[in-house]
Amino acid sequence: MGLDIAFWILAVVGVLAALAVVTLRDIFRAALALILCFLTVAGIYITLSADFLAAVQILVYVGAISILIILGIMLTREVQRGSLTNKFRIPAFIVAALFLGAVAYALFSTTWQVSTVAPLAPTTQALAGKLFGEDGFILSVEIAAVLLLAAILGAIVLVREK
Amino acid sequence: MSVGLEHYVILSAVLFAIGLYGALAKRNAIAIMLSIEIMLNAVNIAMVAFSRFITPLLLTGQVFAIFIMVVAAAEAAVGVAIIIAIYRGRGTIDPTEINLTKW
Repeated sequence: MGLDIAFWILAVVGVLAALAVVTLRDIFRAALALILCFLTVAGIYITLSADFLAAVQILVYVGAISILIILGIMLTREVQRGSLTNKFRIPAFIVAALFLGAVAYALFSTTWQVSTVAPLAPTTQALAGKLFGEDGFILSVEIAAVLLLAAILGAIVLVREK
Repeated sequence: MSVGLEHYVILSAVLFAIGLYGALAKRNAIAIMLSIEIMLNAVNIAMVAFSRFITPLLLTGQVFAIFIMVVAAAEAAVGVAIIIAIYRGRGTIDPTEINLTKW
């Protein structure tokens, strides 16, 4: 019961924050609303008993990506012009509504085999076993490391002064 | 009715649709990046919800969510760098005015 109440509060706040991101004219306030949206997503992970992912969400999204985006806003002085919409506003709304309808139709016309097993309580050790253990995702972890290195080098090269 | 898989997937689809609208309709490259981040978070919610309700003991969906976060972090870093580089060169980050690769 407590989980249900928590889910509804987090879902409503998260959707409202996401709507604020796409409707606010002030791009800086939109970024602050995005941080609120990230926080509610972390809460959603907790209601799904994904504790490690909630911590990673706080660290990576709320801590790092939002700061990066605010830095980008500060460095590109477009705050005065604001975040306006272009001439595709109505087609974009139709496309988004069609997507939502298609997903809802697919979701409710499928019979899901929901498991009744209780989820793992602390997931950190099990996730470590999945990522680094036998028959795990160790190759993907190595590739992710190379990807992050390439992204850092690419970002440095792109913004370097001539 | 207690909260189940459908609630989480619908929440994920709503967030994805909001992000899709923002990515298509905004006239500021930073705002488009914010919308893309919302979409990535929506996909992560769906991944974790399926992992929780379909295969609660395997955690494969949570591993996928971690890799999505890695790619999202790389995307944000490179995206902000590209936007700053374009702003330096052209003085605007309006995607409707950036037509370098158009002929």
